[in-house]
Amino acid sequence: MNPAMSGWDRFVFSFFNLDIARQYLPAIAKGFVTTVYLALAVIVAGVLLGLTLALLRSFRVKVANFFIIMFADIMRALPPLVLIILLFFALPYAGASLSAFAATWVALSLVLAAFAEEIFWAGIVAVPRGQWEAARSTGLSRAQTLAFVVLPQAVRMTIPPLTNRVISITKGTALGSVVALSEILNQASSSASQAGNATPMTVGALAYLLLFIPVVIFGRWVETRFVWKK
Amino acid sequence: MDAILQNFFNMEIASKAGVFLLKGLGMTLLLSAIVIPLGLLGGLAVAVLGSLKKKWLSVLLIVYVDFFRAFPPLVLLIFIYFGTPFLGLDIPKLLAVAIGFFLNTSSYYGEVFRAGIESIPKGQFEAARSTGLSGSQTLRFVILPQAVRNVLPDLISNTLEVIKLTSLASVVALPELLNNARQAQALTYNPTPIVLAALMYLVLLWPLVRLLSRLEHKSISMH
Repeated sequence: MNPAMSGWDRFVFSFFNLDIARQYLPAIAKGFVTTVYLALAVIVAGVLLGLTLALLRSFRVKVANFFIIMFADIMRALPPLVLIILLFFALPYAGASLSAFAATWVALSLVLAAFAEEIFWAGIVAVPRGQWEAARSTGLSRAQTLAFVVLPQAVRMTIPPLTNRVISITKGTALGSVVALSEILNQASSSASQAGNATPMTVGALAYLLLFIPVVIFGRWVETRFVWKK
Repeated sequence: MDAILQNFFNMEIASKAGVFLLKGLGMTLLLSAIVIPLGLLGGLAVAVLGSLKKKWLSVLLIVYVDFFRAFPPLVLLIFIYFGTPFLGLDIPKLLAVAIGFFLNTSSYYGEVFRAGIESIPKGQFEAARSTGLSGSQTLRFVILPQAVRNVLPDLISNTLEVIKLTSLASVVALPELLNNARQAQALTYNPTPIVLAALMYLVLLWPLVRLLSRLEHKSISMH
């Protein structure tokens, strides 16, 4: 860097350096793919596990519900980063080691499952008791009542809060950088220290905007589209 | 079994690391005590300014809120912490963390307060104004008290998220709970300090999670 540079030139040189951006773009693009892949895996596993737990809970078996509630409480109270670090750094002491990707995936999926379970459960509870009774009295089994009467009504209500939760937890994929998972943030910050220039960080930030601005706007749309009409 | 106790619940290590972890817990609480009020104030300002219905201002606020909700908070934090030295600025860790968290938190609180204000029927504004209250008095004494009550579960839920968020400060080596736990683990070659830190987070935040579950189910059964 030329010490005679003015403040503005220095700013552009450090944060918007096109040569450096071009040089490190492939690395960050690779990170982008990992982030997207991880986010999708977390969404699928987390939502499915959460739905399964909420359905199990609706059978109101005392022992099972105790464990489901305990799971949901713990996963909602622990910071996700603590969970990732526990899985990645502590589990090997028990003889089971997870890759950075697996540790981040498992941790975020468990957290999402806990929140999704609570959201689905709140939806199921909100369907009036009379609906259950009416469905059962027409001869539907418990499982049929759940699948064809209760869930379709419950899921509609859960879409806005679930969407918001999914968005905030998929942003947690950036936490993978702490265990050296090569996602966007990790690629960007290691490129930045390699280059001695902050431009790769700017590129990384832009990559996040590219990924999440549409998602945030979609979340806004979902909120107005699925308002719970009283 | 013995190996598990040795590795994850090692009493000797726990008692050695205990004080260091409690110091970290203190920093976590201090950081929360800084970030939560700032975030609440910032969010309230965003929502109140948005309720003025000035077109250009509303657009600006939505851009602010969506921009900072799109960034993972860790990205913001690292950008501020590792980016500012390139500008020739050397800001203290705590300040970098506070700024990063403020930008994130105020956006989320802003959305919550906005939903609260929008949940109050327009007639309330008009009725309050027609009794001779000024615009700001209407907001303070009529709209906000009801708005806050309507979104109380969301406010608490967001506050829980903010306290959990403080754990990210460990990435820039601010000596809060998670950071100290990781240091103690590295020194002792034993993950007991991390398990202990996780338990501390649970003790601290579990009551909030319980409270939230109760509030949420209550608000749904009221419909």
